[in-house]
Amino acid sequence: MAAQPIVPFRTYALVFVALLTTGAAFVNLGPLNTVVALGIAFLKMMLVLLFFMHLLHSNKLTHVTAIAAAFWLLLLIGLVFADYTSRGWIPDPAPWSSSAPPTHP
Amino acid sequence: MSEAHSGRIHIAHQFESSDQQHEAGTLGIWIFLATEVMFFGGLFTGYALDRWLYYPAFAAASRVLDIRLGAINTAVLLTSSFTMALSVRAAQTAKRGALALLLILTMLLGAVFLGIKGFEYYQKFVEHVVPSLDFAPQGEVLARLAPAGLGHAQLFFCFYFFMTGLHALHMIVGLGLLFVLLLRALRSEFTPAYYAPVEVTGLYWHFVDIIWIFLFPLLYLIGGRF
Repeated sequence: MAAQPIVPFRTYALVFVALLTTGAAFVNLGPLNTVVALGIAFLKMMLVLLFFMHLLHSNKLTHVTAIAAAFWLLLLIGLVFADYTSRGWIPDPAPWSSSAPPTHP
Repeated sequence: MSEAHSGRIHIAHQFESSDQQHEAGTLGIWIFLATEVMFFGGLFTGYALDRWLYYPAFAAASRVLDIRLGAINTAVLLTSSFTMALSVRAAQTAKRGALALLLILTMLLGAVFLGIKGFEYYQKFVEHVVPSLDFAPQGEVLARLAPAGLGHAQLFFCFYFFMTGLHALHMIVGLGLLFVLLLRALRSEFTPAYYAPVEVTGLYWHFVDIIWIFLFPLLYLIGGRF
């Protein structure tokens, strides 16, 4: 006996239609274009993950593995951007040899 | 085959049941896919960073790509994922003819995707926007790329070729796996009690689909498209 329940054909077909319709959403939203495009990509990914890849019917260990992958990816992107976006925040200190008086009280 | 007589066909000796074996196999491929997320993740991170740093050049270079071909390929690949999902279902429900047919259909769609991708690569060579090998755009393409700097446009095409190339490589591996599945399906090796190879190959195929789901908006749909 297989561990996984057999998903009805109707579910797969509905998911497929949903995937294609979101793919057709080419509307100009100005500055929101990228956000919307990535949002649609995220929705499509979730549909594929949950239905085609059977994450909806998988055991907890598989869920943990999938979430771990997403977590480490966010860590990778998050820390790289934390570095690059914050580089201009603190000005370079004056050289030690500077004769200028300290500006702070 | 003594195993056949004991009713334990295709259950490796270290497993207690078909269920346990199936779950172990599924977990294994998911862990592999997690490492693949890291593999592609480095590229996505690098791309995101350079896109942020050199946005005007990336937006200009993105407009050189053919959005129609990209959109068609997205539809083709999503359809192949659909037929792959149905293949797994056919294996679960012991529909052998349908399984073989759906596997062939999935392979065909995968081949169409690679064909369109190959045509796009050919176009890039015609337009001379292949980094390091032949990067000397002319005419309209040059006029589009020049204002934001050719150097950073070349960087965009480096990411374009490397990311889609790596993705295409995964597709080719997937086609090989599907071909083996097809041979095994034709020998009627899969039953509702044993279809793990179909399931596992399906998971890999869907993963490659997800990579493309993100490559398409990131590479083709950068601003200034409308």
